[in-house]
Amino acid sequence: MTSVILQTAARGLQPLLLLFSLFLLFRGHHEPGGGFSGGLVAGSAVTLHAIAFGAKAARRALPVEPRTLVGAGLVLALGTAVAPLLAGLPLLTGAWTTLAGIELGTPLLFDAGVYVVVLGASLTVVLTFMEE
Amino acid sequence: MLSILLVGFVIASIAPLIVRALPRSSPWLLAAYPAFACAWLARQSGHVLSGIPLEETYRWAPQLGVAIALRLDGLSLLFALLIAIVGVAVYLHTGAYLAGDSGRPRFFAFLVAFTAAMFGVVLADDLLALYVAWELTSVTSYFLIGFRHNEEQARASALQALLVTSAGGLALLAGFVLLGRAGNASTISALSRDAVLASATLPAIVALVLTGAFTKSAQFPFHFWLPAAMAAPAPVSAYLHAATMVKAGVYLAARLTPVLGEAPGWTEVMTGVGPVTMLVGAVGALCQTHVKRLLAWSTIGALGMLVFLVGLGTPASIRAALAFLVAHSLYKGALFLVAGTVDHETGVSDVRQMRGLLRAMPLTSIALLLSALAMASLPPFEAFLAKELLYEAARDAGVMALAVAVATSAFFVAIAASAGVRPLFGTPPKAHEGPVGLWVGPLALGGLGLAAGVALGPLSALLSSAAGAVEPGGGGLHLAFWHGWTLPLLLSAATLAAGGVLFLVRGAFLEAAAKLSPAARFGPARAWSAGWTALRRLSVLQTRLLQSGYLRIYLLIVVTAAFAAIGGSLVGSLPEPGDAFAMFRAAATGAGWPEIVLMALLTAGTLGAIRFKSRLAAITSMGVVGYGVALLFVFFGAPDLAMTQFIIETLTVVLFVIAFYHLPRYATVSSRRARARDLALSIAAGTVMATLVIAAVHERSSPGIASYFLEQSLPAAHGRNVVNVILVDFRAADTLGEITVLAIAALGVYSLLQLRPARERADA
Repeated sequence: MTSVILQTAARGLQPLLLLFSLFLLFRGHHEPGGGFSGGLVAGSAVTLHAIAFGAKAARRALPVEPRTLVGAGLVLALGTAVAPLLAGLPLLTGAWTTLAGIELGTPLLFDAGVYVVVLGASLTVVLTFMEE
Repeated sequence: MLSILLVGFVIASIAPLIVRALPRSSPWLLAAYPAFACAWLARQSGHVLSGIPLEETYRWAPQLGVAIALRLDGLSLLFALLIAIVGVAVYLHTGAYLAGDSGRPRFFAFLVAFTAAMFGVVLADDLLALYVAWELTSVTSYFLIGFRHNEEQARASALQALLVTSAGGLALLAGFVLLGRAGNASTISALSRDAVLASATLPAIVALVLTGAFTKSAQFPFHFWLPAAMAAPAPVSAYLHAATMVKAGVYLAARLTPVLGEAPGWTEVMTGVGPVTMLVGAVGALCQTHVKRLLAWSTIGALGMLVFLVGLGTPASIRAALAFLVAHSLYKGALFLVAGTVDHETGVSDVRQMRGLLRAMPLTSIALLLSALAMASLPPFEAFLAKELLYEAARDAGVMALAVAVATSAFFVAIAASAGVRPLFGTPPKAHEGPVGLWVGPLALGGLGLAAGVALGPLSALLSSAAGAVEPGGGGLHLAFWHGWTLPLLLSAATLAAGGVLFLVRGAFLEAAAKLSPAARFGPARAWSAGWTALRRLSVLQTRLLQSGYLRIYLLIVVTAAFAAIGGSLVGSLPEPGDAFAMFRAAATGAGWPEIVLMALLTAGTLGAIRFKSRLAAITSMGVVGYGVALLFVFFGAPDLAMTQFIIETLTVVLFVIAFYHLPRYATVSSRRARARDLALSIAAGTVMATLVIAAVHERSSPGIASYFLEQSLPAAHGRNVVNVILVDFRAADTLGEITVLAIAALGVYSLLQLRPARERADA
């Protein structure tokens, strides 16, 4: 069912939602947010697109398959967890550095991995359901 | 020592490549592995035979006390030498026997892996390492027996062997765990004998360990898998089911005799089961016509003899057991290989039809003759010495034992004559000697049986050391052929005579066997397969009950089980009714208007979800409940949770709408009774959950770790949002698990929906 109102709204909301999801990811460490909420908001952005324009259009709009996202996210998270082992440190040791006054660390990478997995998983489920 | 095992496994994994690349020379190359092992063992023998065992320990998990401990003493040396020597013969034979068979690369891989695993069994000192190697031999044996997997018989026999030996293996594991705890050690050499003999679990240990040993060594009533395993190619039968794997049970019993030998039941059971197995095997063998089955049944008899002798536990019997073990491995291995050769060259496997081998295949015939004479225990073969020792040991055990020993030996003589001597004469078939690989192995093994009888010095030293490892008085063996006109000598003569008689009347045995075969349906094999059929029926039944395919049944079972368990433990720990009331009162105070309105909203949403007639309205009501819970999180100061909950609820509503869009208007699916049941269950589950939460909040038994996280969040983890810091830093390992589960769930949804056959989806 095509609803012009929904499509117009979707076109406006999607970029906002995607930006917001990234915003949530990066602010997670000091303010409410984090990988889980970020990934879910990004997922709802694509879901909105799918509801407004159809599942096929949503798949076309995605650069990668959702399942690839799931795998990539797991690899990222696992890599961040295992990398300290190569340096002789225990599993999941965090490494922090300061860049231009902002503190960056490996937990952010881990959170990004979580973000990608949540995005991929929610999209896999939603798009598979919609194509059923 | 560890390198022998590891190298073996590495070679096993690349063996297919070697065999494919060099079809002609690969068996000789691969035979280098057991040959090198043999050479290494020979080099260590000076050291070991003078009484100093070789020990290696590799720490695996020191905190748990798990280590790979390997030990080479006289007993291990004896077995390892047998494994290596017979291995060389078998590898060479396999190369020729299976030449041209496309499965040969795969076969060699399993064969080498089996060799390495078998070395592991005899070299392991650590109990668990021994168990792992034990099971590895069962697994590789499965693949080797089932080599001709296109044949139903091969598959069935392989599975039967695997199940019987693995069931025994499970018992063995339990026995080892108990033994380790009772003896305060994880290695056999460190077990404290007094502690074990005084422990309360001793009967269980003895029963479990003996079960493991008996299943592996084909003792009555677990013997039925061995004849069936003759579906394997001849080299497998020679290696696994004559020379090495089936002896593993005997090895284990010998290895544990210093610790368990005095345990009540150990000697009684073994000296009971052994003779029974001896007779079953011996008589059963003479009733067979297929040469491999005949040899298999006689192996059962020989194993019974070994178990009996090890069970007796006297120095004399241990010496006899080891001497006989050497003899048997050599001659039985050679016999099986020759049987394979004859089958390969002439196509004949019925002993009644095998004739004229001496003229057709002279080298193989010599091997056959050597092994047959060894089986008949004639001097100057080492087997003769073994039989003399056997009779001496049996004499000390009583007249019955001696009678059984003599009878079994007589049967062996008859079998040797019928399978090993008779086929040599007569009209030769149109066949000729096979390639080198087929005769060099059996010839070497047969010759070794003779040479061992001649080179008494080294043999005595080896057997003494091995026996000394089992029974301290067992060392100091001095073998000699002539001890004077002793009873054993007279009995040997009598055995030969009796054997000759049995050989002449073997036809009567075959007739009797034919008449009695219907009765064999009630044997142990039948009981075993009946047991498995019953188990399968039970699993089908319980699967039908529990996994009916109806989601509501699954929910019912999960909710009932979970909340029954939680509720049960709550009831046990709840305080007095007065305190409980105070607890509930305390939980209810502090609720302001926002909370009460929210509760009303949640209740309305729940009722709406149940009562609305339109699907969309029901789903929306459920969404209201979800959003209400998110609002609760906001009230209690958990913004991350609230955000996540809001979005999850939205997605869930979307999914429900998509899922239910195509379904027709509501129809009542459950009966009144079912709905009443579901209502009662839901109320009970909700009550239990609420009580659990209130009790947990009330009960603050341990100081919260929240204070630690709150303090450390900024300094240690550079973050002010404690929730997120816990998720990605303090407890990141849990998060890793969670996203893995999420990934699996998503993939599960995908596979369930996308991978249905296209036809089904087109109809849907």
